[in-house]
Amino acid sequence: MTYRAEVFVTLKPVVNDPAGLTIKGGLHALGFDSVTDVRSGKYLVVTLDAADEGEARARVEAMTGQLLANAVIEDYRIELRSEVSSVQGGGS
Amino acid sequence: MNTGIVVFPGTWSDRDCAHAVGEVLGQPGRYVDHREENLDDLDLVILPGGFSYGDYLRCGAIARFAPVMEAVTDFANRGGLVLGICNGFQILQEARLLPGALLRNASCEFRCEWVNLRVEQSESAFTLDCRPGQVLRIPISHGEGNFFADLQTLDAIERNGQVVFRYCAPDGRVTAESNPNGSLSNIAGIANARGNVFGMMPHPERACEDLLGGSDGLAVFRSAIHALARVAV
Repeated sequence: MTYRAEVFVTLKPVVNDPAGLTIKGGLHALGFDSVTDVRSGKYLVVTLDAADEGEARARVEAMTGQLLANAVIEDYRIELRSEVSSVQGGGS
Repeated sequence: MNTGIVVFPGTWSDRDCAHAVGEVLGQPGRYVDHREENLDDLDLVILPGGFSYGDYLRCGAIARFAPVMEAVTDFANRGGLVLGICNGFQILQEARLLPGALLRNASCEFRCEWVNLRVEQSESAFTLDCRPGQVLRIPISHGEGNFFADLQTLDAIERNGQVVFRYCAPDGRVTAESNPNGSLSNIAGIANARGNVFGMMPHPERACEDLLGGSDGLAVFRSAIHALARVAV
């Protein structure tokens, strides 16, 4: 089976996020005064083959812990689904 | 001091390091390819600055899994001297050879300027030639040098004397204005608990000749030479 994992990597709440603060400033400059906080992060989509959902999840957890997120500063959340469609892209 | 200078795809300060150690200080050495697995001939391993693997994902995150890093870890665990400069510092943290992480500069800007560093620890292998409280003038050049560690880790490295350099004013006062990137406690360079692995954001190799604006960076390399001589005696 082919699975698609969406990995959301975010800075831990205790870690300062200069990019998020700058984006917040930009939103305020545009008049979005109601914005009280912006946190930035990374969004990764990993497509992989695995025997079942349990194996797919275990692999994505392992690769996220090892490389995709840095536990010193980051938290992550994984959303996994099986790829239903085998028709992708549609030619060259 | 047989020095190995590790070159990853995207490393940019390897030749500056080779010039400082080889030409200015006359020490033997060689470049180390990122695929090498044996560092037994070396006394000092330098991970130079740059943008290894394009800094993709996180600075140093990909480089940390290059084949040579296993050898660097073994070398460090055997007590070998390892110096990470800028991107090299980031790689050492990703490899968990040094604590903490380096975040994006608080200003969100790339900073390329001369800074002042106060020597907090003159017993370190890389500051033996310095006096405690001495101020070194060395340039920085980075976008992600904002030192972060959780409170427990920060407390531990402060207590263990692992903080080697702090950003300071020209007179040595540690002030918010002299902090170029938002680093916690103005930290610019730290060592591991054993003291043989050291990382710093400023570039000592770019401050090794008066012609280039200053030679305070020599103290870092000379200290390593003296630390090795001390071990050999």
